[in-house]
Amino acid sequence: MPLDVLIVDDSAAIRKILHRVLVQADVPLGHVYEAGDGVEALARLKEFRVGLILSDINMPNMDGLQLLGALKAQEETKSVPVIMVTTEGGSTKVMEAVNLGAAGYVRKPFTAEQIKEKLAGIL
Amino acid sequence: MITHEDMADMIREASLSVFSMMLGLEFEAGRPFVEEDPPGPSEGVLALIGLAGTWAGSGTFSCSAEMARRISSSLLMTEYESINDEVLDAIGEVTNMILGNVKTALEEKLGPMGLSIPTVVYGRNFTTRSMAKTSWTVVPFRLDGDTLHVHLCLAPSREAKRVSSAGEHGRAFLTLMQ
Repeated sequence: MPLDVLIVDDSAAIRKILHRVLVQADVPLGHVYEAGDGVEALARLKEFRVGLILSDINMPNMDGLQLLGALKAQEETKSVPVIMVTTEGGSTKVMEAVNLGAAGYVRKPFTAEQIKEKLAGIL
Repeated sequence: MITHEDMADMIREASLSVFSMMLGLEFEAGRPFVEEDPPGPSEGVLALIGLAGTWAGSGTFSCSAEMARRISSSLLMTEYESINDEVLDAIGEVTNMILGNVKTALEEKLGPMGLSIPTVVYGRNFTTRSMAKTSWTVVPFRLDGDTLHVHLCLAPSREAKRVSSAGEHGRAFLTLMQ
């Protein structure tokens, strides 16, 4: 069954790279949606459902940890796996993401292989 | 306590990692130096990020327009003939990755820090000014005859200096200023 994915990052460059990596990872992709911050992501998730979310942490308006908290608080989205893809490598941020329910954590810079490995452990 | 040498090491390691993993480009790190004047090429692309915590300051990434197009082409696997929004976004993200990893390394010595969203400037004959009175650690990186620079300027924040005026932060500030 095709997997619909939401990529959340304020950088269009990173959204494009992650989309390319998903294709390279041979994930049976359905629609790939994009959002530039947490507010936009929540708005998009009112329009459609996805099976996976890749999200940055440092973003304007609503950051990735706030988004993660909001997703886990909603019945419709709480079971969707969320992988944080971020430059934030400090143990505090990692623990915060894990405690909020992140399914995985990938630090930028990343290789396509690292993303594939993380996806393999989740999908 | 943190020195220019510490910061140069962090910049070198973070930058080479980003260049290699995200761009597939093997830059050569040049000899780091300390600059009293704020950074600012007379033309090209400059990305700026702020850092804040017990120590605060700014980091910049500056390069020629040609280098910016080359970096963006490598990152996004698309050829760019001119500087456009995608190129500026790509340079902002490269800067974010480099200084984000520098921030993570700094946090091991200085405690939690915040990182601002990058600002990217492109133009000719522009200059930049910083209100900070601290010198800048600069690391050049070379590729095929072109050079880009990563700058970092960091000092104890006012709050930290007030709390530890006779303590380690105070001594570290003096070390940084030497």
